[in-house]
Amino acid sequence: MARRLLFSRKGRGRESPGGFGSNELRNPEREVFLFRRRLGVAGVLVLVAFGALFVRFVYLQVYQHRHFQTLAETNRIAIVPIVPNRGVITDRNGVVLAQSYSAYTLEIQPARVKDLDATIDALAEIVDVQPRDRKRFRKLLEESKNFESLPLRTRLSDEEVARFAVNRYRFPGVEIKARLFRQYPYGEIASHVLGYIGRINDADLGRIEQWDSVANYKGSDYIGKLGLESSYERDLHGKTGFEEVEVDAGGRAVRTLSRTPPVSGDNLRLSLDIKLQEVAEKAFGTRRGALVAIEPATGDVLAFVSRPGFDPNLFVDGIDSASWQELNESPDKPLINRALRGTYAPGSTIKPFLALSALTSGKRTPQQTIFDPGFFQIPGQAHRFRDDKPGGHGTVDMYKSIVVSCDTYYYMLANDTEIDDTARFLGRLGFGAPTGIDIEGEVAGVLPSRAWKRQRFRGEQQKWYLGDSISAGIGQGYNAFTPIQLAHAIAMLANDGDGRVPHLVKSVQSLKTGDVREVGRAPSTQLDAKPEHLAVVKAALAGVPKEGTSAAAFVNAAYASAGKTGTAQVYSLKGEKYSEHKVDERLRDHAWYIAYAPVDKPRIAVAVLVENGGFGAQAAAPIARQVLDYHLTGQTRSGPAAPAPAKESEDESD
Amino acid sequence: MLIFLARMWEALTRRVDSFLFGVAMALAGVGLVTLFSASDQSMTRLASQAASLGLALVLMWIVANIPPQTISRAAVPLYALAVVMLIGVALFGTTVNGSRRWLNLGIARFQPSELMKIALPLLLAWYFQKFEGRIGWKDFALAAVLIAVPVWLIKRQPDLGTALLIGASGFYVLYLAGLSWKVIVGLAALGAGAAPLVWPHLHDYQRERILTFIDPSRDPLGAGYHSTQASIALGSGGVVGKGWLNGTQAHLDFLPERHTDFIFAVFGEEFGLIGAAVLLVLYLLLIGRGMMITANASTMFARLMAGAVTLMFFTSAFVNMAMVSGVLPVVGVPLPLVSYGGTALISLYIGLGILMSVQAHRKLVST
Repeated sequence: MARRLLFSRKGRGRESPGGFGSNELRNPEREVFLFRRRLGVAGVLVLVAFGALFVRFVYLQVYQHRHFQTLAETNRIAIVPIVPNRGVITDRNGVVLAQSYSAYTLEIQPARVKDLDATIDALAEIVDVQPRDRKRFRKLLEESKNFESLPLRTRLSDEEVARFAVNRYRFPGVEIKARLFRQYPYGEIASHVLGYIGRINDADLGRIEQWDSVANYKGSDYIGKLGLESSYERDLHGKTGFEEVEVDAGGRAVRTLSRTPPVSGDNLRLSLDIKLQEVAEKAFGTRRGALVAIEPATGDVLAFVSRPGFDPNLFVDGIDSASWQELNESPDKPLINRALRGTYAPGSTIKPFLALSALTSGKRTPQQTIFDPGFFQIPGQAHRFRDDKPGGHGTVDMYKSIVVSCDTYYYMLANDTEIDDTARFLGRLGFGAPTGIDIEGEVAGVLPSRAWKRQRFRGEQQKWYLGDSISAGIGQGYNAFTPIQLAHAIAMLANDGDGRVPHLVKSVQSLKTGDVREVGRAPSTQLDAKPEHLAVVKAALAGVPKEGTSAAAFVNAAYASAGKTGTAQVYSLKGEKYSEHKVDERLRDHAWYIAYAPVDKPRIAVAVLVENGGFGAQAAAPIARQVLDYHLTGQTRSGPAAPAPAKESEDESD
Repeated sequence: MLIFLARMWEALTRRVDSFLFGVAMALAGVGLVTLFSASDQSMTRLASQAASLGLALVLMWIVANIPPQTISRAAVPLYALAVVMLIGVALFGTTVNGSRRWLNLGIARFQPSELMKIALPLLLAWYFQKFEGRIGWKDFALAAVLIAVPVWLIKRQPDLGTALLIGASGFYVLYLAGLSWKVIVGLAALGAGAAPLVWPHLHDYQRERILTFIDPSRDPLGAGYHSTQASIALGSGGVVGKGWLNGTQAHLDFLPERHTDFIFAVFGEEFGLIGAAVLLVLYLLLIGRGMMITANASTMFARLMAGAVTLMFFTSAFVNMAMVSGVLPVVGVPLPLVSYGGTALISLYIGLGILMSVQAHRKLVST
């Protein structure tokens, strides 16, 4: 291309900006001469530059030699980092959930110890060294590359410190140090929110480098690994201070020359209410599942549960391998944050949102009725999509469709609606996308549409079938949402379509300046639904705990609530009637309940999921009841929520 | 048998310039000796550097045996590849220290800006040779664009130091190809005038480095600390140095990055002004030989390429030593042929290979 350009210009007289080659005729000798002259100029430049360097070396190494020699030899200033206090995490009422405290540790510098085993054996006579301490020390030894000092024992008693101090001369390379430790007073409660801190490893070093904060982590051994400890690491860590100290030939500090104090990390005040969190976690008992409670007007997350949890205190000193194995290999998967990362079919909890979608698009009016014979057939096909109630619900309008959770109504609606229109509306409610909650690792879930299926599958399977729409129409099929998404959606509905990004941290407070940075209240996606349409759906939701599928769980409630039950199929039984007792526990359906209360001015919206809990009305609704009870009346019934009585099981089923 | 061995030897060394090779080996010796001290007598570091050196020598030998005209054929594809890889870095590169510089190739991380150090002068030299005798201002303008693209891509990684080095390598070709003095002086004046305008566009860390350069006590745990401790190391070395393995600054852990960018501080502390002078002389010999080869090169391509490679050796050596001795701000430029690090070593020895190829093949091509 360049060649053609040049050829086209060839004929014209060209002028170069004064260099060689300005003639049409070449003069190689002159070219070489000019070239060599230019090279000579560069050579002079090289000599000048190196001459300048040499002058600089003479200045430093001869003229200033005395000065620098003094600095290097007599003074030997070492800069010792001072690790800042990590910020405290409290709940919305100021109850401490994570704090740091100082304790003595016994540390060994392996490079300075000849026979490690003998040293540890000798130390064991003075302080208590358990086999688990030895194991952990070995593990740290393998992981550490530098000549750093490694803890053998943490949290020494005063007596142990005194006994070691007397015998210190016997142990070169062994030292007692005051270190900061992290403590989580509530143990397992809210463990998935808080996460934990652990020793900095290679992956963490990569993160630190990315933040360009290597200097700020000098001397720090710990970093947030999971949950808010990780998401808000940079706020919590603080700014490392340093001390200029004079050290003697052995590297021991002789005196401090100057000190720049560290700046403690910022404190986090969560939107979480730890008492409510406790009530919610206890309500689960031994069951697996998740619960998210949100204040609809603000997006404050009031409770955020993923069961089972784990004890974050185990991780602080480096978890021992037995505990790690237990956590990691348990079939209950306690390390998975189900509220944030678990995706489940929404089941019938999707129905109120689909009803709102139908009202908005004009596909249905509130009064329009259908007749439910107990099943739905796509015209011209033999397959029957069954309703949960054999024989059907008879004549059903929109109110009844939500209150009794009529499947046939929604089969028909799905048959009348284009899936992509549905997906667009549900997308406005935040389904199929991360809600933006301030904790790392949130997943998007699956909001099925034609485009999604084309991307997800290959070949024949890319085609969207009407049957796909029908199953999606009752919240089964490809739909998969996280509990936080359901909680966000129902909170949005409760707040009349005005969505708020859910957030766990209410404010970040700087100890030094006293500044408080408010987090959250950011608007999320907006629904843009008409108030009269919202009113229809909200009225139907209010009917559910009053006279519908969750009535048994909400008997004698002191407030009016709105809710919807749901059951997500785990295992599809072709044509057979599902019977809870016949199916293996892990293949049983997941139970959902979404709710908000009070009906007129909602102060709390909640989504509950109980894995393999069976029917939503029985397993999930009672947990929601306990959470609403506590939040609105302060009333507690301690202990796991008893399953609601399953009277007329076929009618209450879903 | 003896004759056979002698012939083998002849074939092996025919195109290796013994002077350049000797100086490079002396510098490698300085590097290994200092590295041994800087890494607290770690044999693993030493072995790893020696292995890289072996590979680099093989590549140098291969390049030395390829005639310059053949090398020039790789110019366009190599430049295109390097640009594509730089775009790849911008899109999905690995981030370290807040900048995206690396491509993860599965087995190893690769820094495409190192490839560009060879590819850019190669392309420009090829271009000017191709249109030799009919070079006009439009060609210089096009060349400026060819330089600006990779410089911009590397600058936004961000890696200002390497971007400037690569910009310099391109500029050297233009300069040697006869870029008007008026333009050079004009650009220099423009650059000086633009400095206050550039300041607001610099990254925080770049500003921080410049401010720290002016006042090292601003950042005693970071770059300022490096600078202060390096000056102490050099200065306390005196005329004769503290002796090999006796540098207190290095061994009491005061010197950061002491096997890579700051290896010269270790060297200067232990071998003093005499050592530093010897090192300067070694670099002068290397650059001088490079310039001789450049002056005697037979084609435009060979001249431009050899000249650019030679001046790049000078620039890296100067910038590194100036940075360690506190004349320039701390930028991440290693000391050529001495600092620890395999990738840089390989591109440097390929540069030596190009010089040798130019020297060995000068009679084979008619002017």
